[in-house]
Amino acid sequence: MEYKPQERYKIVDKIDISDVISKHIIYAPFIASSAKPGNFVILMKDEKSERIPVTLVDFDRVNGTITVIIQSIGKSTAEINLMKKGDSFLNVSGPLGTPVEIKKWGTVVGVGGGVGIAELYPIAKAFKEAGNKVISILGARSKDLLILEDETIKISDEVLITTDDGSSGKKGVVTDAIKELYTRGEKIDAVFTIGPLVMMKFVSLTTKPYNTPTFASLNPIMLDGTGMCGGCRIEIDGQFKFACVDGPMFDAHKVNFDSLMKRNNGFKDFEKQSISEFERTHKCKIGLH
Amino acid sequence: MNKPKKPSPQIKRNEGRHQDKNERIKNFDEVALGFNLEEALIESSRCLNCKTRPCEKACPVNIKVPDFITHLYNEDIQSAVLKIYETSLFPAICGRVCPQENYCEAACVLKDRFGSVSIGRLERFVSDHARKNNMLKLPECEKENGFKVACVGSGPASLSVAAELRKKGYDITVFEALHEFGGVLRYGIPPFRLPREVVNFEIENLKKMGVKFIKNILIGKSVSLDDLRQDFDAVFVGSGAGLPSPLGVKGEDLIGVYSSNEFLTRVNLMKGYKFPDYDTPIYVGKRVVVVGGGNTAMDSARCAKRLGPENVTVLYRRTKAEMPARAEEVENAIEEGINFEFLTAPVELEGDENGRLKRVKCIRMELGEKDQSGRRKPVPIKGSEFYIDTDVIIAAIGQSPNPLIQQTTKIETNKWNCLVVNENGQTSIENVFAGGDVVRGGATVLLAMKDGKVAANAIDEYLKKKSEDRRQKTEGRKQKSDK
Ligand code: FES
Repeated sequence: MEYKPQERYKIVDKIDISDVISKHIIYAPFIASSAKPGNFVILMKDEKSERIPVTLVDFDRVNGTITVIIQSIGKSTAEINLMKKGDSFLNVSGPLGTPVEIKKWGTVVGVGGGVGIAELYPIAKAFKEAGNKVISILGARSKDLLILEDETIKISDEVLITTDDGSSGKKGVVTDAIKELYTRGEKIDAVFTIGPLVMMKFVSLTTKPYNTPTFASLNPIMLDGTGMCGGCRIEIDGQFKFACVDGPMFDAHKVNFDSLMKRNNGFKDFEKQSISEFERTHKCKIGLH
Repeated sequence: MNKPKKPSPQIKRNEGRHQDKNERIKNFDEVALGFNLEEALIESSRCLNCKTRPCEKACPVNIKVPDFITHLYNEDIQSAVLKIYETSLFPAICGRVCPQENYCEAACVLKDRFGSVSIGRLERFVSDHARKNNMLKLPECEKENGFKVACVGSGPASLSVAAELRKKGYDITVFEALHEFGGVLRYGIPPFRLPREVVNFEIENLKKMGVKFIKNILIGKSVSLDDLRQDFDAVFVGSGAGLPSPLGVKGEDLIGVYSSNEFLTRVNLMKGYKFPDYDTPIYVGKRVVVVGGGNTAMDSARCAKRLGPENVTVLYRRTKAEMPARAEEVENAIEEGINFEFLTAPVELEGDENGRLKRVKCIRMELGEKDQSGRRKPVPIKGSEFYIDTDVIIAAIGQSPNPLIQQTTKIETNKWNCLVVNENGQTSIENVFAGGDVVRGGATVLLAMKDGKVAANAIDEYLKKKSEDRRQKTEGRKQKSDK
């Protein structure tokens, strides 16, 4: 393999999926060549940016590109989504994290919420290719926030959709759909879930009584993503693990979700300050409060 | 200029100027201001130019101290800097962060009677002066010899391997997991001890010499060491000791509990001290507690102080005399108003209902029997528990090597997970060498540079021998087929 220095990472295409969600296709040949489903990368727009971890949605080894989908939830993500095709990131590092082990389970249920749907996609696809029966459960607040529906349908044997307001699929939450599967007697061999922490916590609580192996992709605050700072530590079965190197996918039944939810609020006040600064300088409201 | 006759050892040793203590806690500019030309010349006149050269012998890289000081005294700074460069690669860095008080200055014959010559400050002056006045030429590199060597990590160990081997004509690629080069010089040591322009200058020079620097690739994750050693003729692992040790007490998942690695990386690499101009936040609250007695603890405490909390307190389980930090840095910290609680250790962290740290329960210690390291072991005094209210606690109690490389490639390690090497820096894998903190655990920048130099020579010999063997083999074959 040849290793070449890459100074910048160009956005070769960008598609706005909704007001707050954009898909970026980035030229990063090294990452594209060695990425596996479940890996993540860390993005920095410029020298002053934070390091933002995001799970890979796709990678194209031939064209040397990677795909990420980003939702504006703070200043840094909003700034990234304001970038245009042709702009470039100063840094994209990776592939990072431990990839998901792709094997034949039998029936695999993927549960994605919000942008987690995008991050679940490559994993579900790989499971399908490995000969599993794949049932995808997609949850969103409303129809316009539901992403990758068509793509997911293509790689799944069955897709169940739930929205908070009933504007698409069934009105309700993803756990209702999981319960439905159990009730109808579906034999579930494994569940993989990516989405908001509360959602994953309840997915985990739902599958626990059935002892279904369940894996959740965790998103603690990260800094280096290389196992150096310990900021991403999470409690798994009473022991600390580093999500950036040991994860981000962990046995959901062993995760201390409550501690993680609290920790993720650690920099809230700073985030607010960043956002108001951002809105002031961009003379616009991004409605992130 | 009018300078004292050499030698004039009786002149008082000059400790160099410092930024005012009340001013410097408001900025991240360099604290030690060093010498101007006049001060440097006066200090240089103190050197006795001893025949026995104890300072040179005590220096881990054997800088020809008396010679460079003589050149300096003769106001020939060009020759002085070249003299230093004969054996040391990054004098502007070493002049600042090397613990000279344990090496050259400890050996100086003037030490007890008049105070050692300020060798470190002179080294720094000479290299700064040469850099600022463009007196440094890039070293000559030999013709490309066709061998490719990879360096893992871009800290002091790898940088010295890169410099040494590039000069000898090797094709060098340095891999860094983070987005800027320099390793601990970048994320660990704060700019008020090591200004970033010094680090930038050295890296730019290496780039100009033709060393390739690749950022954002984590060896052991993005690529395994095994793969790397197939793609290169030899690999040097200088990935440092990046794994933080936890305090090992209850409450470590509370908000406000940092490892020194996280804290220093947020401040130094991500420039959290410039928030919100820079995006990475750093939280110190009103009260900060730092646990540990080494340089990293001092750096953490002094960085925290500059972020404006009401107070910063260092807890150390032994006494001031046992602190592993450089004496100079401890004095700086005290001057800056940092409190010390000696013979004290944390036993539990307590938080509020939102999971935020509120206070730390501590216990007093006393020094008991000597342990294997020869230091008296701290033992807790029963019933001496007390509380310190705090918003933030920073654990600076040591690091071990990041285990990623060892997890993905079979290589010999010791019980602290450090790579095991022979006297040439060679690991249990034939074409893999290592040095610096990944071998030593937490040591110093200077020892890392020294290891790099040793390994560079060993790699050079190893690859030359390999190509010689290959040549003989092909020649042997040729002769056979000629017959
Ligand atoms: S993000 Fe720093 S150790 Fe995981």
